Amino acid sequence: MTTIDFSQKVVEMIDVVKKFGDFVANDRINLTVHKGEVHSLLGENGAGKTTLVNCLYGLYHPTEGRIRVNGKEVDISDPNVAIQLGIGMVHQHFMLVEPFTVTQNIILGQETTKMMGILDLASAEKRVAEISDRYGLTINPQDKIEDISVGSQQRVEILKALYRGAEILILDEPTAVLTPHEIKELVAIIRNLTKEGKSIIIITHKLHEIKQVADYCTIIRRGKFIDTVEVDKVSEQDLASMMVGREVSFAVDKEEQEKGEEILTVKDLVVKDNRGLTAVDGLDLSLHKGEILGIAGVDGNGQSELVEALTGLRKVTSGSITLRGKEITGSDPKTVINTWNIRTIPEDRQKRGLVMEFDVAENLILETYHANPFSSGGVLNHEKIYDWADDCTENFDIRPQNPYLMAKALSGGNQQKVIIAREVSNDPEVLIASQPTRGLDVGAIEYVHTALVNQRDRGKAVLLISFELDEVMNVSDRIAVIFEGKIVGIVDALSVDENEIGLMMAGGTR
Amino acid sequence: MKVDKEALKTKFLKGSWGILLISNLLGFLLGAVILLLAGFNPLEAYWVILKGIFSRPKYVSYVIIYATPLIITGLSVAFALRTGLFNIGAEGQYIVGAIMAAAAGYFFHLPLILHVPLAIGLAMIAGAIWGGLAGYIKARFGVHEVISTIMLNWIALYLSNFVITLKAFAAQGTGKTFPIQATARINILSDWKISEAGIEFIRSHKMLGDVLKSPINVGFIFAILLAILVWYVLNKTTLGYELRAVGFNPHAAEAGGINVKKSMVISMLFSGGLAGAAGAFQVLGVSHRIAKLATMEGYGFDGIAVSLIGNNTGAGSVFAGLLFGGLKYGGSKIQDVMQAPTEVINIMIGTIILFVAMPKLIRLILTLLERRTKS
Repeated sequence: MTTIDFSQKVVEMIDVVKKFGDFVANDRINLTVHKGEVHSLLGENGAGKTTLVNCLYGLYHPTEGRIRVNGKEVDISDPNVAIQLGIGMVHQHFMLVEPFTVTQNIILGQETTKMMGILDLASAEKRVAEISDRYGLTINPQDKIEDISVGSQQRVEILKALYRGAEILILDEPTAVLTPHEIKELVAIIRNLTKEGKSIIIITHKLHEIKQVADYCTIIRRGKFIDTVEVDKVSEQDLASMMVGREVSFAVDKEEQEKGEEILTVKDLVVKDNRGLTAVDGLDLSLHKGEILGIAGVDGNGQSELVEALTGLRKVTSGSITLRGKEITGSDPKTVINTWNIRTIPEDRQKRGLVMEFDVAENLILETYHANPFSSGGVLNHEKIYDWADDCTENFDIRPQNPYLMAKALSGGNQQKVIIAREVSNDPEVLIASQPTRGLDVGAIEYVHTALVNQRDRGKAVLLISFELDEVMNVSDRIAVIFEGKIVGIVDALSVDENEIGLMMAGGTR
Repeated sequence: MKVDKEALKTKFLKGSWGILLISNLLGFLLGAVILLLAGFNPLEAYWVILKGIFSRPKYVSYVIIYATPLIITGLSVAFALRTGLFNIGAEGQYIVGAIMAAAAGYFFHLPLILHVPLAIGLAMIAGAIWGGLAGYIKARFGVHEVISTIMLNWIALYLSNFVITLKAFAAQGTGKTFPIQATARINILSDWKISEAGIEFIRSHKMLGDVLKSPINVGFIFAILLAILVWYVLNKTTLGYELRAVGFNPHAAEAGGINVKKSMVISMLFSGGLAGAAGAFQVLGVSHRIAKLATMEGYGFDGIAVSLIGNNTGAGSVFAGLLFGGLKYGGSKIQDVMQAPTEVINIMIGTIILFVAMPKLIRLILTLLERRTKS
């Protein structure tokens, strides 16, 4: 079964230290990868995983330590050196030219030419197709990048690395952008690659994926090397506690609770997307006090548009939204926030949630800066603002505890805590949480889930939108399944199985 | 204690102010090279410039007069930039402000205490409308402010040349308007200066007398006050908070309940009003009239440079405006004394801006210097 050739060490990173000024991002990390091995790097957000692979790929130069590739000590001064050594990297954010075809993207910078420098696209396309077939990537070399799915784009990135002769592939959080089905395909591709003798370094903080795909796992915590373990010999729970440095609970701890009166009602809602196509198509929904209503569904079935319509960011084409029987359809964001007291944890925290160049305190008052005590008569009261920010950083455990720090200096998890602090401390009637744990590690996920459950326990209503079925099933009291802009079924979270919801998510009826 | 000092030093050198300092030095260095290539002694040229700025109180006073409109247009551009808008139109807003100040100064007959504020106020309103218009069409129709303000600059220029053809406003054929009333002027002691006592005073008091020989006016004081106002509005008020939020991230601002479109219009109104004030101070304090413009005078465009060199802050604009005024006034002397081309001064200013726009390069230079001093 195993494809590992233990006699060949393809990558050895020995006591690698990387400092940024006084900050030590990597503190004596050791990593050994054998031929044909899938080696996973596990760590919380900001633990230093990406920094380490960037050292390997030549994007950073390690402050101390040695790197050996195929047994030879090397100095990887830039990515070109890494590519020559057979190291390829697929970044979290793809580096593709959208209007170009697959082949054009792949040969970019390494164009095959005929005589006199004339581009030889045909032979390049042939080679791309060959590689695609060999590893089961199912990529058509003539497709344009803008026309293919995110999962296919990722496979193009893998293809690009292989085309350049990569023997060692680094995948940085490859599953963050994929649907469950695409993740399965990726796992199959990784198997094909190792079968052919390629070695894979995969960065992730999703534990079940590590269990599924990796042979070995190296755990990094706050820049320090914790351990390298054989994945088959440890449980997910072990991995989680090694990563976080304490026991972590996966199960969401909540007691049963009777739901209260209906508070938010959506009737026959129609909303168009940016292209003018109907995204939310006659959607009905009712949310009660003291419950978490989860919306399960595959990305792109109208979830974003629904949230934007509820928060006043997007025009409602027809239908109605009522709060306690009061019509609130068409309210602007300010009214939704301040008058109706509906607060939102947005799906894209860096775009919608935070002003990255503002400090933590300024971000915490984004919705309340105009009210007492933070301002009066149009003049800000900085003393009160920073006092309150001090309270928030302490109560919500925002690290580092410095309200003067810019939001962009925080890790993803702590950025999310800033948003949660802002949204929850105003005691909202309805809390809309859209993808609240995207990109977060288990410690932060636990934190976010607890915050949602606390809201519910205090008798408030929570609407949770997530593409992670596990999350919806664990946290919600009721689950509504969204498909093509409609709610196709509502089920009780306690009495449902995953397959049933999965079927509904894919458009099958109960 | 020593650690704090080190930290402060790195913060300063690595921060934006350090970059500005180095950029200026590099600008002067390149200016020197060009002078050298042109066959002039750069040290002598810089000495002439320095003398041209500081050797007589009158010179200093002229530098301040030169700097005043630049500081204010710099504030105008800085304000817009801080809120995410690039106001290329300070030039046009300056022109309409100048037209309005000249008109108010000439047509109204009022006591000084009313006349000056009225003229400044109307000029600011004219500038604000000119700027606000660009803000509005951006908010309403999505037209980029760079495009619309460039257009509005030309409209302002030809509007200015048009009003000069009006019989009621300008003597025909002179190409300039009638001078503004004495009650609209903001010069210091202008009547007294030409009285017998004044002439006697100027003759007997070397320092002060020399200063009074220039058309010294209170515009500079207003410029400082406006700089403080800009700082206050941006940093201390809810309006400034909204505008900065929109400037940094309109998506998050919108989600937070801030009206992004309204903010754009307000920002451009404010920015335009400042540029209009610059036009007013120039008319009320220096030119006392407007004249036919063959081309743009460049006060607004220079404001862009002042803003960039001043790190888009109120205080920075004051210093950068003074630097600019000094270079422009003192720089003109190298022509008289050494027959060296004044274009060198413009090249220097251009170089400084170029380096300001390349913070990465400057940081690299700083890091290299640091490494060398360490080893």
